Amino acid sequence: MSSRQTEKGIKGYIEVDQELCKGCHICISFCPKGAISLSDKLNASGYLTVLFDDSGDCTGCAICAIVCPEVAIEVYRG
Amino acid sequence: MAKVLMNGNSTIGEAAIRAGCQCYFGYPITPQNELTEHMATHLSRKRGCTFIQAESEISAINMVYGASVAGVRAMTSSSSPGISLKQEGLSYLAACELPAVIVNMSRGGPGLGSISASQSDYFQATRGGGHGDYRTIVLAPSSGQELADLTHRAFDLADKYLIPVIILGDAMLGQMMEPVEFKHEAPEELPIRADALRGAKDRPSRVIKTFTSKPTELEEINWSLFRRYQLIKRQETTYETFLVEDAELIIVAFGIAARIAKGAIKTARSNGLKVGMLRPITLWPFPSDKVQELAKKTKYFLVFEMNMGQMIEDVQLALEGKGEVFFHGRPGGVIPTPSEVFLMVSRLCYQKGLK
Amino acid sequence: MRKVYSRPKSLKRNPFHYCPGCGHSVIHRLIAEVIDEMHIHDSVVGIPPPGCSVFAHHYFDIDMAESAHGREAAVATGIKRTAPDVIVFTYQGDGDLAAIGTAETIHAANRGERITSIFINNAVYGMTGGQMAPTTLLAQKTTTTPYGRDVRIEGYPIKMSEMLALTRGAVYIERTAVNSPANIRKSKKAIRKAFQAQIDDLGYSLVEILSPCSTNWRMSPLESWQWIDEVMTKEFPLGVIKDLTGTGDVD
Repeated sequence: MSSRQTEKGIKGYIEVDQELCKGCHICISFCPKGAISLSDKLNASGYLTVLFDDSGDCTGCAICAIVCPEVAIEVYRG
Repeated sequence: MAKVLMNGNSTIGEAAIRAGCQCYFGYPITPQNELTEHMATHLSRKRGCTFIQAESEISAINMVYGASVAGVRAMTSSSSPGISLKQEGLSYLAACELPAVIVNMSRGGPGLGSISASQSDYFQATRGGGHGDYRTIVLAPSSGQELADLTHRAFDLADKYLIPVIILGDAMLGQMMEPVEFKHEAPEELPIRADALRGAKDRPSRVIKTFTSKPTELEEINWSLFRRYQLIKRQETTYETFLVEDAELIIVAFGIAARIAKGAIKTARSNGLKVGMLRPITLWPFPSDKVQELAKKTKYFLVFEMNMGQMIEDVQLALEGKGEVFFHGRPGGVIPTPSEVFLMVSRLCYQKGLK
Repeated sequence: MRKVYSRPKSLKRNPFHYCPGCGHSVIHRLIAEVIDEMHIHDSVVGIPPPGCSVFAHHYFDIDMAESAHGREAAVATGIKRTAPDVIVFTYQGDGDLAAIGTAETIHAANRGERITSIFINNAVYGMTGGQMAPTTLLAQKTTTTPYGRDVRIEGYPIKMSEMLALTRGAVYIERTAVNSPANIRKSKKAIRKAFQAQIDDLGYSLVEILSPCSTNWRMSPLESWQWIDEVMTKEFPLGVIKDLTGTGDVD
């Protein structure tokens, strides 16, 4: 991925491991940019997971990863 | 070295130190406090060694568990009620294959009981005592010298077979003062076992655990433990015989009861009665084979123990219906005399027409 | 773009078996991060309890020795006294540390054992299906207090951190929570400071962490995280309860 900047500043993105996610929604509730949303797909464990919304304003703050109990999120910034 | 006159409890402590015991964790309880105090005086000042008077017997056995996890020779001691408290810890030690030495200077029971000598913890010691299928080696000394020798052997057996070893003494052995020769000096270097857990440096991380969510895994652990127990039975069963070659009546007794029985046997022999004794030294593994061998020539067995009849079951199991078994027991901490045992012996010999 | 957040090395790649939103998952990760950052992976031994986290060894890539319920502080004492260079931590639930293990805990603290206890307070017995814990709140419904904890029958929730602070051997005790990014950051700092107190040979250290248990509280994960703020911290206030380390705020 090439470096991306918007006029708002640093851009970031996250990768959510769909098989580790248990759909607890905590990342969604704490994300300051509303960049995470609910998926309508079940993973192999039977959880409805969450998806990263790339069109949003993710800054790579990593709050989602800090709160994610499953260590399912990796964060990139820059 | 020269013989020293020493109280039984202190003898165990001194022998343990000379066996390379690095940690002692205990709690005061009559009649074994001289052992705890000996360790407080002599072990605590040794470099690299630890003495802790724990807050309970439960805590003490778990500290032993920790020290064994860290790979050193560790010991705890107590008496009957305190040993009851340690049963959970024993089960965990056995499950994890951790060596440890546990000393029980037993007293009268059940309950808080009495502070006098008794042998009523035989079942507790030889049947595992705690939950689950496991065994611990049980050594039954009968003299001050044996307290020293068997304590040393206990540490060796524990490390060799990765198993907890119980030294089953009693209040009288603990308090008696006898001349003892310590055959070993304390080692210069205190050893650390190869399987010690001290941080995953230059190796994959390891776990010591007893819980599994797979019954088949636990089944295999059980089979593996029992294969080892069979090996111990073959290699470590120990006993003493006294005048059994021509005996028409054999007393079976362990520990302090065997000392008392010897006095009775001497009196019996001087009265022309052909009496001998089998003294198990390992109560587990029990010398069943020797009992069977003796039963080929001798018909009558008198089991004499200071309880309501515990070892007698192992004798009966070993005999498999051969011969006849009689019992003389005194529970509660009462110390029988050689003359009362002789009375029992002579009555039996008379009833059975033995000369 | 550079990666700014990923799994700590001391945490294995095994997926957690814990419930969605469970505090164990977060706290395991924080401890693993601290172990990585302090470079103590080679010399640390963890002692997990019976309970949901009995499988902690599936997750931590460090030496671990299971203990009987409540005996962790005694086992830790046995290891630490034998091998003082090893960093020893216990990982205990509320039943473990505050019920069956109260004596072992208080006396280890009182002796100033150089061990660290991570105390997971979720106000309930999780593994066994949600029974009352010593830290269950008044009026809280559990399977053994179906009408709510009643002070006349069950007494009050117990404040172990405050009690342990009274022992002179305890040098650092803090209560944190893992129900928000800010609290999670504070928990990690507290864990690190507690390990440092052990490394600096100062005394016993304990971090009590209020941890969500959505399953046994009968709430959604998010609701359980909120319940900690709304209800639990009223009974168990967050903050430093004792600090004799002289280190102030650890970075």
